[in-house]
Amino acid sequence: MPQKHLLTRRLLGTTAVATAMTGVAARAQIPQPKDVQTAIAPAPSFPGNLDMNLDVNGRQHRLSLDPRTTLLDALRDHLGLTGTKKGCDHGQCGACTVLINGVRMNSCLSLAASREGDKIVTIEGLADGEKLHPMQTSFVHADAFQCGFCTPGQICSAVGMANELKRGVPSAVTIDVAAAPTASVDEVRERMSGNICRCSAYPNIVAAILAATEGVTK
Amino acid sequence: MKAFTFERATDVDAAVASSAKPGARFIAGGTNLLDLMKVEVEKPAHLIDISRLPLRDIAETPEGDLTVGALVSNTDLAAHPKVRERYPMLARAVVNGASAQLRNQATTGGNLLQRTRCPYFYDVAKSCNKRTPGAGCSALQGINRMTAVLGGSDACIAAHPSDMAVALMALEATIETKGGSKGGRKIAIADFYRLPGDTPHRETNLEPGELIVSVALPPPPAGQQTYRKVRDRASYAFALVSVAAILDLDADKRVRGARLALGGVGTMPWRALDAEKGMVGAEAGDKAFAAAGAVAMAGARGRGGNDFKIPLAKRVVARTFAGLATSISKG
Ligand SMILES: Cc1cc2nc3c(=O)[nH]c(=O)nc-3n(C[C@H](O)[C@H](O)[C@H](O)COP(=O)(O)OP(=O)(O)OC[C@H]3O[C@@H](n4cnc5c(N)ncnc54)[C@H](O)[C@@H]3O)c2cc1C
Ligand code: FES
Ligand code: FES
Repeated sequence: MPQKHLLTRRLLGTTAVATAMTGVAARAQIPQPKDVQTAIAPAPSFPGNLDMNLDVNGRQHRLSLDPRTTLLDALRDHLGLTGTKKGCDHGQCGACTVLINGVRMNSCLSLAASREGDKIVTIEGLADGEKLHPMQTSFVHADAFQCGFCTPGQICSAVGMANELKRGVPSAVTIDVAAAPTASVDEVRERMSGNICRCSAYPNIVAAILAATEGVTK
Repeated sequence: MKAFTFERATDVDAAVASSAKPGARFIAGGTNLLDLMKVEVEKPAHLIDISRLPLRDIAETPEGDLTVGALVSNTDLAAHPKVRERYPMLARAVVNGASAQLRNQATTGGNLLQRTRCPYFYDVAKSCNKRTPGAGCSALQGINRMTAVLGGSDACIAAHPSDMAVALMALEATIETKGGSKGGRKIAIADFYRLPGDTPHRETNLEPGELIVSVALPPPPAGQQTYRKVRDRASYAFALVSVAAILDLDADKRVRGARLALGGVGTMPWRALDAEKGMVGAEAGDKAFAAAGAVAMAGARGRGGNDFKIPLAKRVVARTFAGLATSISKG
């Protein structure tokens, strides 16, 4: 299913939208057997692009996008920010995690248009110039990746997680939900369960996050 | 995904007015609606983004209720000090659902209205009465391990997926709306969800275009409360069985009051009123707790793949009450 999905999304991002925009004219140029050609219904009218401003990594971007564009596709396909990854496109893997107003979310399940007015930070925006974010440094030091595909999502998620711990957000393994939670292996594993690592680099990911969790502010 | 037009609602009245547009739907966090739009199970012609409406507050009323705005994120609900102190079962239910990222994005109103995860509902190549009324139900004879054992009909056995709503059932929450034919109303959660019967596509008693504005929690009943979820992996999975339970004991360790609701097993979040009543006056202990499980599941019907949920639910009910009794005796 995810496979099938990736394909549909890709098609949507390119061919289908182009076809929808140019409508019947584009179709007429494709040679078709006569009976098939007459059977094709006219393309439903495309409601048109939406103009929007997205604030990504401290920069304003003016975009004109198909309303169907997810934040993930806007980042990758329209802003060239390919650090954020598409794993499943259905909220099931966490590869697309970004920070929205400092809070971690899945960019695949958000429409770009819904994010106008928000401050979006992707993996590309975490470092301060040449100076890596402490969570990035910690991932490097702990060797917290293998293929690296899940890593941008893991790091953005971990930065968000550290803020949640500070705010006192409980988790499913917090024994007393009324008490302030603290970082521990069990807490980190539970709180990071929304980020799947296909290479199973979990032990080092947990170690990296625990090491960096003190003092994360961004 | 089918094409749609998009607008961002600026206030509640404007959102309600726009909902009269053909094929209009509200979108809040989008974590369920957008997911279903990608597979073309949902095909709205017009989206009304309600995410910026001022419905993000959690406030205490003079009567002692806690009102939760429809757009309060699942995380903010679980993290609120009053929720953690007074309604720990709700905080637990919420953090047992989905992932941290999803809970940050998902809203209270959207969580109540999330649709089933039945694989046949998601697969547009299969028949599903919920998706296409009258098409038939592939789950009855199909892979039905995750489906409901309570409240099903010959038209639909899809389980309700929400964790939060199970706790809200046990806490007797009220849902407040704007719009619809009455212009707005209060609906007790017991009257909110519908059994599938022969109209499984109608899941709640909300009218088209009726907007949830808040959820009110009455003061919690006396006793200890918790939420326990059993699932296929330790985290980030829907419930096979979940239990929201409250237990109140008197000095002689007899049950003074109990609340019980179940998730994962019902076609709607499932309140087990008979089981609650049967416990009152009984001596707290394995016998009474096992009986509560048996009464709660008395009307259950397995369809093959989901048969295991019936004994599992009975055991989870008994163990959850036993855990509460232990923690009460420890003070
Ligand atoms: C991978 C994954 C795992 C998950 N696991 C769990 C789990 O274990 N337990 C669990 O409980 N949930 C789980 N969820 C579901 C998640 O909790 C829901 O998707 C979420 O709560 C929906 O909230 P939302 O604000 O994003 O809703 P949306 O997607 O925005 O909306 C959902 C529906 O509600 C309607 N709606 C939204 N707000 C209002 C309103 N105020 N008034 C009227 N109508 C409204 C919309 O029109 C739509 O029909 C999971 C989801 C995913 C993707
Ligand atoms: S791409 Fe998998 S959660 Fe978004
Ligand atoms: S490092 Fe390969 S998926 Fe995580």
